[in-house]
Amino acid sequence: MRRSTTPAHGAAPVHLGMPSFPRAAAEAVHDRTLRANLRHATHTIREKRAGAVAELDDWDRLREAGKRIKDHTLRHLDRYLEQLEEAVTGAGGAVHWAEDAAEANRIVTALVKQTGEREVVKVKSMATQEIGLNEALRAEGIAAYETDLAELIVQLGDDRPSHILVPAIHRNRGEIRDIFADRMGRWGRPAPEGLGDDPRELAEAARLHLREKFLRARVAVSGANFMVAETGTLVVVESEGNGRMCLTLPETLISVVGIEKTVPTWRDLEVFLQTLPRSSTAERMNPYTSMWTGTAAARARDGDGPRTFHLVLLDNGRTGVLADDVGRQALRCIRCSACLNVCPVYERAGGHAYGSVYPGPIGAILSPQLRGIGSDIDASLPYASSLCGACFEVCPVAIDIPEVLVHLRERVADRGGAGRRLEKAAVKAAGWLLDHPGALAAVERTASRTRALLPNRPPGAGAWTAERELPELPPEPFRDWWRKNRT
Amino acid sequence: MRVALFVTCVNDAVYPATGIATVELLERLGVTVDFPAGQTCCGQPAFNTGYRRETLPLVRRTLHAFQGYTHVVTPSGSCAAMVRRHYPELAGAAGAELATRTYELTEFLVDVLGVVDVGACFPHRVTYHPSCHGARLLGLGDRAHRLLTAVKGLELVELPGADECCGFGGTFAVKNPQVSTAMGRDKTASALATGAQVLCGADNSCLMHLGGLLRRQDAPLRTLHIAEILNSTEEKPRP
Ligand code: SF4
Repeated sequence: MRRSTTPAHGAAPVHLGMPSFPRAAAEAVHDRTLRANLRHATHTIREKRAGAVAELDDWDRLREAGKRIKDHTLRHLDRYLEQLEEAVTGAGGAVHWAEDAAEANRIVTALVKQTGEREVVKVKSMATQEIGLNEALRAEGIAAYETDLAELIVQLGDDRPSHILVPAIHRNRGEIRDIFADRMGRWGRPAPEGLGDDPRELAEAARLHLREKFLRARVAVSGANFMVAETGTLVVVESEGNGRMCLTLPETLISVVGIEKTVPTWRDLEVFLQTLPRSSTAERMNPYTSMWTGTAAARARDGDGPRTFHLVLLDNGRTGVLADDVGRQALRCIRCSACLNVCPVYERAGGHAYGSVYPGPIGAILSPQLRGIGSDIDASLPYASSLCGACFEVCPVAIDIPEVLVHLRERVADRGGAGRRLEKAAVKAAGWLLDHPGALAAVERTASRTRALLPNRPPGAGAWTAERELPELPPEPFRDWWRKNRT
Repeated sequence: MRVALFVTCVNDAVYPATGIATVELLERLGVTVDFPAGQTCCGQPAFNTGYRRETLPLVRRTLHAFQGYTHVVTPSGSCAAMVRRHYPELAGAAGAELATRTYELTEFLVDVLGVVDVGACFPHRVTYHPSCHGARLLGLGDRAHRLLTAVKGLELVELPGADECCGFGGTFAVKNPQVSTAMGRDKTASALATGAQVLCGADNSCLMHLGGLLRRQDAPLRTLHIAEILNSTEEKPRP
């Protein structure tokens, strides 16, 4: 496993020593098991999603509404965040503001320590992965247990997630069986004797293992899919019921949420609770949707839910993204992962090649914005796409991912640096030639005439010719044919 | 009707046969074709690689070259998409205006000329790869299918997973060669499995990539631009 580290400016962790995307992807491409697992999983969910979306005749309008709600919220985010803070506080919660990963980790660690507990249960959350919370807690002697089935597989396997929704998508059931049988005992209740690789058996083993943790835990950590500014309500959308357990059983609940998860009103959920499940799991309705508003309900009627609730609002680069006219649309993302499931590059490269908790097309536009383009991996992510547009087509909040990719390529090209000098010179030379048709024709003619002399695999063309032939050059360019035959 | 042919830089230098076929096909259908010599490249390669500033002179050149034509026709979905999707933003009103006059070849045939049967004959088994920019950015839909189905003697076989990208993607093909060729090989494998003799497309850049893979594998399948199939007639057949 690659270790994560938090850079000095406290943004999201970059996987230490993570190579550029092309290099990481090249390895994955040749991993047959991985390719087969990914192909099977993404194609299955891809088709199901298409079916679930096709059922709705107002899909385009829902998509447009989702886009507008998010754009409106982002434009007035300062106002809505204040409203949210007021509402959460009014309902008995405490709100903390974290500028970066380091600050968020410090806040959460301190809050857990105040309770005197040494362990927490977790609901799957991208934000806490983004800031490397589990590692930060471990450094302070606090164990964080993931309770989502796939996250459990990743955690037990000492692995990294490779998909937003299905973090263990790169594993097949044989591999999962082995991980459970080997590792569960080290973390708690061991897997039953003679565990097989039947999905039901595997789920039962996880259930037994996790139940013990749910019943013991006094502190839970979650993220949230949505935060409603007008009421201070947080919403977690999940499929296994583990979220419901974490959000109701422990006495203390700490939620770490990116500031862009805000929506203005309760009514806005109407749109996203339709588009999210259909886009992510191809379900008409989400199985477990938990909503809570501070601790008011728990206090008033001695009902369910935590007695203490903390909301940590995470910036970690987001206000910087907001300032970019083109790039900010990435903050509309509702993490449905539809873009991953249709992406031909993700399917071959796998999630790990993206060097971030956000893989696939959304990761390729989000990571370089949140973390900057300083590292090899972040500077290479905007190019990790053939710009085929499949992601944009399925995105339920209409993020024009190809547009943002090209925009970020400009940023990388502008920055220049050693690796770009040659490219820039080539673009400039080609640009000059293409702006001088006379010279262009001369070059085309020379190339055509000398084509017999050219080597089949000219030096420097290795990236093309390693697995492909170059096209044969014609006897003359089109413009010469035209001159001879039509003028 | 008089139209300007926008042949594109790749077709000019590497695939003149596609340009010639486009000219002959349009002329056969009664269209007068001009080739404004000032044209070169729409600027897409530079633009998509992140060189917006270097793109602008090519955009201006293209706008200038096609001034005054009511219809600009190009045998490339990708270049047509560049003009339609990005020129408005890169060149303001003049860009938006050219965008409304620019047509991809199959679009021009079906929508403007209103023909589906162009009188072609091509007695081969053909499968069709709809390139992403044509399919997703231009929304070309089944235009190519309708044109090919009407070709005498042509047997059109469905390409499984047709809407998946072939992996060319401009500079992507050389910046991420392993992923690019992995995608391409899946595409050529599906095409080979159809038993077709010809893999047809409307974008020679994608066909250059797929053809390069097929030739390296010595596969019994060749690539051909749709213009060359539609220009094949009983009198003057394209082999
Ligand atoms: S970018 Fe769009 S499709 Fe991708 S995860 Fe986000 S909301 Fe879903």
